[in-house]
Amino acid sequence: MKLTGAQIIWESLLQQGVEVVFGYPGGAILPTYDALVDYQDRIRHVLVRHEENAAFAADAYFRATGKVGVCMATSGPGALNLVTGLANAMMDSSAVVAITGQVASHLVGTDAFQETDVTGVTLPITKHNYLVMNVEELPQVLAEAFYIARTGRPGPVLVDICKDVQQKMTDYEPITEVKLRGYRAVKPMGKQNLPLLLQRAKELIDNARRPIILAGQGIKHANAHEEFREFVEKSGIPVATTLLGIGVLSEDHPLNLRMMGMHGEAYVNMAIANADLLIALGMRFDDRVTGNLKTYAKNARVIHVDIDPAEINKNVPADVGIVGNLKDVLRQLTPMIEKRSYPAWLEQINEWRADTQAHDIMQVEFPDHTLLAPHVMRMIWEETNGECTVCTDVGQHQMWETQYFLHKRKNQLITSGGLGAMGFGVPAAVGAKLGRPQDEVWAIVGDGGFQMSIPELATIVQEKLDIKIAVINNNYLGMVRQWQELMHNKRYSAVEMWTPDFVKLAEAYGICGLRARTRSEAREAIRIAREHEGPVLIEFQVEKETNVFPMVQPGKSLNEMTRRPIIQPAALGGGMDFLK
Amino acid sequence: MLIDRIEAQKNPTKHTLVAIVENKPGVLTRVASLMRRRNFNIESLAVGTTEDPSISRMTIVIDASKTNAALVERNLYKLVNVIDVQDLTDVPSVVRELALIKVRISDAQHRGEIKQIADMFQSRVVDVAKDSCIIEVTGEEQKVDSMLRVLEDYGILEVVRTGRIAMARG
Repeated sequence: MKLTGAQIIWESLLQQGVEVVFGYPGGAILPTYDALVDYQDRIRHVLVRHEENAAFAADAYFRATGKVGVCMATSGPGALNLVTGLANAMMDSSAVVAITGQVASHLVGTDAFQETDVTGVTLPITKHNYLVMNVEELPQVLAEAFYIARTGRPGPVLVDICKDVQQKMTDYEPITEVKLRGYRAVKPMGKQNLPLLLQRAKELIDNARRPIILAGQGIKHANAHEEFREFVEKSGIPVATTLLGIGVLSEDHPLNLRMMGMHGEAYVNMAIANADLLIALGMRFDDRVTGNLKTYAKNARVIHVDIDPAEINKNVPADVGIVGNLKDVLRQLTPMIEKRSYPAWLEQINEWRADTQAHDIMQVEFPDHTLLAPHVMRMIWEETNGECTVCTDVGQHQMWETQYFLHKRKNQLITSGGLGAMGFGVPAAVGAKLGRPQDEVWAIVGDGGFQMSIPELATIVQEKLDIKIAVINNNYLGMVRQWQELMHNKRYSAVEMWTPDFVKLAEAYGICGLRARTRSEAREAIRIAREHEGPVLIEFQVEKETNVFPMVQPGKSLNEMTRRPIIQPAALGGGMDFLK
Repeated sequence: MLIDRIEAQKNPTKHTLVAIVENKPGVLTRVASLMRRRNFNIESLAVGTTEDPSISRMTIVIDASKTNAALVERNLYKLVNVIDVQDLTDVPSVVRELALIKVRISDAQHRGEIKQIADMFQSRVVDVAKDSCIIEVTGEEQKVDSMLRVLEDYGILEVVRTGRIAMARG
């Protein structure tokens, strides 16, 4: 069958099972958009308002569905706008394929109009990338791109395709097999003696008295939830999760302590600091998780399982390091261990937990006019029965969401973890809603991040997406302000933020806009939003200067947290200073 | 990085890594970019073709007191175009470097002395001019280093070294 390069692109996407492409047309990708006209009955193209959001949406689509997310852009500025989204997918290990147009092959290297060395620019932020200058190699390259993106540790792959390649014709046969000489999905260094390593792991587990499991996103990627739950329940070992690991085990499971790290609950960090064994599964000991490495879990032995060999011994030395797919590893490890429980250890953790609860802002009975971001998170959780998919942006609201929303399922929370990219929340909700059309999808964003993604309101309307947007407005870049308050002597610098009338803004887009200033208004607004068919934006005007606690300040040990003082009811008469 | 430092203190030596890579455009850039973005320090990097035209071979020397060689090895291994990586440090292997050294000849008598030195190092004089000559020397780095020290007194005008190449014995 003779096809043009452009047709081969769409045929390849169909063959890969792609249903949605997030993109933005332009000169160098025009032949592909021309061919789209004949494929739009089979592939839905979502026209975003900025290419960055195409990459964010594709990333969130992958997290919502487990299927490779696809974004498309033209050469030069179009491709460059994808960069932040690709870096986000790289940091959070999301399978994304980006297809970009490039100037015609005879113009490459001449500083042609809208020419940028896109494979050069994206080299460090993609798992792999390609520049295609011959149409004959296009089918093979596209098949490889999808294979590399979704296997092993997932990641973004960019395919830069010259305009003349899209126009030229060649024989097309669907590629059914990918052969890569240097790439294997699971690739331990040299020969790994797995039975010996598992035996050593078992011995460490047998001898532990205060063990803790550190669960990361790798469990999701291996689709190993069942195996993981069996391992947890048989071993009786409590679980702390990373931000991206939230949902690998339901957060109401008695052994799930919930999130660890900089803004993890205090008792979780105390448990890690006092543990004698860390069992790290599919996580990478990010600095936001460990605090100061010199003092991190000083008395703990470490078992580290990850599919990426370069993560073992990167930040924390492992007594037992295993490179592998967690489904396979857990299937072998669980039968080897004894069924146990750790009553004394769990009792100790519960003591810390009681202390944590005494510091909880939710313990305080505020007057109705006091609306805090944590209230909003808790209300959305309550009103949706904790069933909705939440996409957050980056900052204080993101951390409060993890603290006050209990997640039951994997990827119920879709958030920018490693990169911490503001502007992620709204386009992520677009990707998530297209991936999970039956789900109730909430974008919870701050006033800062939302103002980076306002243009996507138009995409939401054009694509008729029923997304509820909660803008947590404190008229500040809240997290930056918090750092300035705590670490820079409250010298506020460029954090105060004027915001437009968000209700009128929503209405300008034809979106239902609501505003809540008190707790009763907030609950009412959430109820109205849920009853309303179609997108709704709610602006929650919350207390301006509240801080996320606890906080492990940079350079501090995990157990040296800055805590919120225990709140006495009398403090309520004296203003809101205790919130800080 | 902490582990980096601990490992480095244990192994205050030079590590020789050999990467077998696909002979495709941009592979050298991928390796170089990896070294830069992971903040790995490399002493030398030599690339060349092999018996198989679709495969190139890179010899990378790492100062293990600055960079954890195991981490470099693992990260190289992750690159899609890298077929295999071997650490030859503790493997019996042949290690060679080639250098061209241009030495000043300010006195006719020196010409004979330099020829003698070249012979002692089993190296060759490959170019002779009125006031300089070029010596070609092959061997391990220490040999090249000591030859450079000996020639220093005559005045070294130019030096080029290929960096280490290595192959496991047997």
